[in-house]
Amino acid sequence: MALYSEKVMDHFRNPRNMGKIDDADGIGEVGNAKCGDIMRMYIKVDDEGVITDCKFNTFGCGSAIATSSMATELIIGKPIDEALKLSNQAVVEALDGLPVHKIHCSVLAEEAVRAAVKDYYDRRGIAYDPEQFQFTDEEEEHTHQTED
Amino acid sequence: MFVYADNAATTSVSKTALEAMLPYLTEEFGNPSSLYAFGQRAKEGLEQAREDIARCINADAREIYFTSGGSEADNQAIISAARLGARKGKKHIISTAFEHHAVLHTLKKLEKEGFEITLLDVHADGVVRLEDVEKAIREDTALVTVMFANNEIGTVQPITEIGALCREKKIPFHTDAVQAAGHMPIDVKAMNIDMLSMSGHKFHAPKGVGVLYCRRGIPLTNVIEGGAQERGRRGGTENVAGIVAMAAALKESCEHMEENTAKIIPMRDKLFAELSKIPHSKINGSLEHHVPGTVNMCFEGIEGESLLLMLDDRGVCASSGSACTSGSLDPSHVLLAIGLPHEVAHGSLRLSIGEYNTMEQIDHIIEVVPQVVDYLRNMSPVWDELQKGERPHLI
Ligand SMILES: Cc1ncc(COP(=O)(O)O)c(C=O)c1O
Repeated sequence: MALYSEKVMDHFRNPRNMGKIDDADGIGEVGNAKCGDIMRMYIKVDDEGVITDCKFNTFGCGSAIATSSMATELIIGKPIDEALKLSNQAVVEALDGLPVHKIHCSVLAEEAVRAAVKDYYDRRGIAYDPEQFQFTDEEEEHTHQTED
Repeated sequence: MFVYADNAATTSVSKTALEAMLPYLTEEFGNPSSLYAFGQRAKEGLEQAREDIARCINADAREIYFTSGGSEADNQAIISAARLGARKGKKHIISTAFEHHAVLHTLKKLEKEGFEITLLDVHADGVVRLEDVEKAIREDTALVTVMFANNEIGTVQPITEIGALCREKKIPFHTDAVQAAGHMPIDVKAMNIDMLSMSGHKFHAPKGVGVLYCRRGIPLTNVIEGGAQERGRRGGTENVAGIVAMAAALKESCEHMEENTAKIIPMRDKLFAELSKIPHSKINGSLEHHVPGTVNMCFEGIEGESLLLMLDDRGVCASSGSACTSGSLDPSHVLLAIGLPHEVAHGSLRLSIGEYNTMEQIDHIIEVVPQVVDYLRNMSPVWDELQKGERPHLI
């Protein structure tokens, strides 16, 4: 059995919206190199608050690339509020599933979107509830890992 | 083009090995423990294999025990030495930080039982220093176990010297020679080795069969209890066909070792030379003390699993020590043991080649690896930061 679904491999092989947006309205970066995955998400937002474009740069495994790619597809054309509702589960489902030990990649993708939105709010001086923008600390996760 | 470049993971079964084993899967299917002549013919095959394997490493046939592979041999060697030591009040074991998990996890188990384990530094070049072994030896040292050659970076350890030291200090010495057997000359007498592990599938025999060499006079403890097979030291009806294949494969590998090495080294060196041209790459492990076929390198700014998937799409089978491929959150303990930072270790690639590879295949690897590294770097925010000077280059 293959490690990844056809959908994951498709997004890994042909990532959608890979690259940078030079005049982005918001840029979010999550993860860390020590843990082996970093996602950077760029968004363009129009006056109506709709995400008109989104691109990503990712350092990470196959599923990190595929989840980044899928996340961009899922939020392009969506109003910010809706993009903020993007759950990692929705990314996993859109990719026809991920192996259990790769679920954290979808969490990163969700958080990369939120980090980009947070940056957009910060730049525009839009008020938000900081509670909404708490990200998992991967290094923290490391220390909780039990070995046997 | 399809290029199998993961021979340190496993190898194909050679024609010689396959032909040697076939009769034992078909007409000669007897149980070697059976009394009748039909069973005894299987027994003859088994004992001939034992002699052939013993000869390949300059041991006596009575010192060869068949196991289910390298892991079982490692487990049994270490457990045996530990039990022997404990009976004399010795509960200290010396090993290295970059052993295979078959060794490390067995040591961890013993640690929970009250043994003290010293894991020696393997330095930046992946080679244990004799002085370090000497310094670590104590009155209560029950065993020194140091691998012959490392499975990820291919570095070869000063086995003869460590063996001589242990012999002088009267401490049992075990070596996991899974990556060396069939690829480098092994002489258990000249190298002062008391116990040694081998695994058939690393030298063109099938998977699931291995050898524990144990010098006469060193008592073995059973890991698998059962019948009287293997002189009572390993229960279970022998994998006769696998064992016969393993003997044929080892004999063939040892007989052709010089010519195989002469074929592999230029391919390996070309890989090192060409892939080193990739900027911010690094060769892992000393090249001076090295098995013929293993190439391990890191490429900064990329992650190993995506590298492997892309190489797979281009017909190249390889492996990596990144966290995603090691099945944990941390990259390979071997790469960390030679002092690589996590960030760099995630971008590792191991290519392990054998005598069945060709120079055309090497050229294919040399063509696709730089393309894939380039592509992934172009996608990588880490590489972006490295390029902009926002993050310091580590290699
Ligand atoms: C150095 C080393 N020791 C032990 C083993 C385990 O051997 P086996 O797969 O036969 O149990 C391997 C192979 O994976 C190895 O490379």
